[in-house]
Amino acid sequence: MISQLSWKVGGQQGEGIESTGEIFSMAMNRMGYHLYSYRHFSSRIKGGHTNNKIRVSTKPMRAISDDLDILVAFDQETIDLNAHELREGGIVIADAKFNPKLPEGLPSVRLLTVPLTEIADELGTSLMKNMVSIGASSSILGIPVENYRNIVEDMFLRKGEKVVEKNMEAIRRGFDFVNELTGGNLPEFQLEKADGQKQLFMIGNDAIALGAIAGGVRFMPAYPITPASEIMEYLIKKLPKFGGTVIQTEDEIAAITMAIGANYGGVRALTASAGPGLSLMMEAIGLAGITETPVVIVDTQRGGPSTGMPTKQEQSDLNALINGTHGEIPKVVMAPSTVEECFYDTIEALNIAEEYQVPVILATDLTLSLGKQTVTPFDFSKVEIRRGKLLLGQELPEREQNDLFKRYEVTEDGVSPRVVPGQKYGLHHVTGVEHQPSGNPSESPVNRKQQMDKRMRKLDGLVQKFPNPVLFDAPHSEPDVLIVGVNSTGGTIQEAKERLEKEGLKVNHAQIRLIHPFPTEVIKPYVEKATKVITVENNATGQIANLLKLHVGHAEKIESVLKYDGNPFLPKEIYTEVKGLIKHGDYERVSK
Amino acid sequence: MATMKEFRNNIKPNWCPGCGDFSVQAAIQRAAANVGLEPEQLAVVSGIGCSGRISGYINCYGFHGVHGRALPIAQGLKMANRELTVIAAGGDGDGFAIGMGHTVHAIRRNMNITYIVMDNQIYGLTKGQTSPRSQTGFVTKSTPGGSIESAISPVELALSVGATFVAQSFSSDLKGLTELIEKGIKHEGFSLINVFSPCVTYNKVNTYDWFKENIVQVDSIEGYDPHDRVKAMSYSMQYKGLLNGLIYQNTEQKSYEQLVPGFKEEGLVKQDLRLSEEDFAKLVKEFA
Repeated sequence: MISQLSWKVGGQQGEGIESTGEIFSMAMNRMGYHLYSYRHFSSRIKGGHTNNKIRVSTKPMRAISDDLDILVAFDQETIDLNAHELREGGIVIADAKFNPKLPEGLPSVRLLTVPLTEIADELGTSLMKNMVSIGASSSILGIPVENYRNIVEDMFLRKGEKVVEKNMEAIRRGFDFVNELTGGNLPEFQLEKADGQKQLFMIGNDAIALGAIAGGVRFMPAYPITPASEIMEYLIKKLPKFGGTVIQTEDEIAAITMAIGANYGGVRALTASAGPGLSLMMEAIGLAGITETPVVIVDTQRGGPSTGMPTKQEQSDLNALINGTHGEIPKVVMAPSTVEECFYDTIEALNIAEEYQVPVILATDLTLSLGKQTVTPFDFSKVEIRRGKLLLGQELPEREQNDLFKRYEVTEDGVSPRVVPGQKYGLHHVTGVEHQPSGNPSESPVNRKQQMDKRMRKLDGLVQKFPNPVLFDAPHSEPDVLIVGVNSTGGTIQEAKERLEKEGLKVNHAQIRLIHPFPTEVIKPYVEKATKVITVENNATGQIANLLKLHVGHAEKIESVLKYDGNPFLPKEIYTEVKGLIKHGDYERVSK
Repeated sequence: MATMKEFRNNIKPNWCPGCGDFSVQAAIQRAAANVGLEPEQLAVVSGIGCSGRISGYINCYGFHGVHGRALPIAQGLKMANRELTVIAAGGDGDGFAIGMGHTVHAIRRNMNITYIVMDNQIYGLTKGQTSPRSQTGFVTKSTPGGSIESAISPVELALSVGATFVAQSFSSDLKGLTELIEKGIKHEGFSLINVFSPCVTYNKVNTYDWFKENIVQVDSIEGYDPHDRVKAMSYSMQYKGLLNGLIYQNTEQKSYEQLVPGFKEEGLVKQDLRLSEEDFAKLVKEFA
């Protein structure tokens, strides 16, 4: 019996690879296992190799695994590209149709040639080869065919009972065929019983979209882009049920400015994009800053610069998100590290935007946005909507004509009372030009300084109030190393940490969730007590390392493990590289 | 009921004496009063340039945004609160150069807002460069040998992308302009009103006198029918884009807001943003 295994299905894009993974995962989820998946895909509609790697575990985890137990291959390319990942004794289930061959040098890998397409054809359509392959996999894992029934019904019952039965038959035929080959039940592939906890199964973008609705978003203007579009697609389906709507805009500039217009109008509106879109939005983010209009922008980071690698993992937008837009504005940049955090942080981003009247950028990365995984059910009682100094719905005291509402009144905390168009006695002006408390333009040096200071001090207390600006797993008072990451790397760092600790190293881990304003005082003590600080980042220049050096100091002990080839880290990569960096100093001391 | 006076404020525009934009300001104030609005029911969203300042010169809610983006800001505001009367306003550079993409898409989207372009065929605030509305051969600081590009016709552009209300006017025709703005506000859908608003400082060609000589009232054209899109297009071409009046209106096409599934008459801003626990549970169940 094993406690976790990795399964991968690969073939040509457009061949149903994603849905094969989906059905397999749903079955495992309903059996109570924990799942974490990663999709390898390209920026094209059909053709090109694609695969879906799914890790199944009896315990929660948030990383893809170093190796692979089972590979389902619909073409030879899948075998050629992925067989090297298989562990000793791993299995390839390949379609007999292409006469599969194992590459040389993998003596212990077992090839099971199964007539996936042929069986499917016999049942009426080659499309069902996916179902046959699921049945074949289930034989190895010892999953009863009937476990798929309710999923197949969910998917096909609206097409009729016959379609359900055909698909169940496809699964059964695949199962039986492999049972014949192997004699059934392979103990080294039998998963221990799952804890059976009911969990959700979703991608980070789903959680953001759900968080948006729960957090009061009723309008989303957005322009399609990988890997952000799922947020918009979900809201297109759901917002009309709650009175709201989505507009697919002509570009990202329209998306952000419409969102600003709607927030100015008093409705919570958010937009979502990726690097190229964020670059286009920068001028308008400055407008939100100087007009103190709340707005939330999701940036699902992908490979840059320019078009870069649209379907690949990267964390290289951080500098741009922090420093983007000309001039100086108060701005918040958040970075959830799990799907659960995507949900709660979206709501918090909406609250912060309104409470501080600032633009808030919620940065994810492709792995977090698109990696489908099991998720602890969300706690609705934790959902709160805080709108700060918004006077919406209140009767305002009468004012004379020309005595404008002081929308930009200089206050102690810098945040001014806010009214929305339509409110009687609330008339004021809003402009991206420097302005007086009434909003009317002013170039007076005294006023300029007052307004600039007022805006910039709004964020003074933010770090203290922010929920866990840095997540720590830091049991050691004098660690050999503090590993620092952001976004989706958290789970992978955790696995590397466990392995390093088994070797006697004292490893602390910090995952930064608030990128700007930087939580300097929160992380400082952890940096100070660590012998070495290593940032783990999917970019080429060490953007997090530079933030640490800038805000905390101690440049002499900060190093980085960087990966920018488009793929997420594997646990063994972080383990090996961190070990290598420590070797020069402490590792030898510790390992002696 | 508010009169024109209630839409005036005490801020002195920074426009040059004689600028065509003064008439547009007055016409908006009159039209707002004439259609029975209170100042708080009107929002003017403007772009950047001399004309972009107009949102600060009318006593109502005003938003002066970034260059070329008045329309998306106005549309976002309208989606948030469809009970507001929203006017977007800006210059020809704002609408037909940097913001051209938004202009075209706002027209085809057909949201119920009125867009007033103060068209002086030149860049004034940056001190005299060519505009997409400058005629071929027009000499400016940026086209010392005369513009070698062709000029955009706002009317023909709007008609070609499915406009439901296209009007053109002239700063000297305050009465006509006021009436067109009233009609635009009342039109259920997007209304484009292009206003020849002469720049007295930098445009020495397209002057008040030049327009008076060249402009053609659509009412003076025998049998003109503002519901005939093909004829509107052909008359505009025939008169070199210099028509004055209501050029085209389609009263049958529904506005964007009317077509959004489930979109309520009551402004979104007045609706409860909180979700019931039951609705939340329903949403979550799809991921189980």
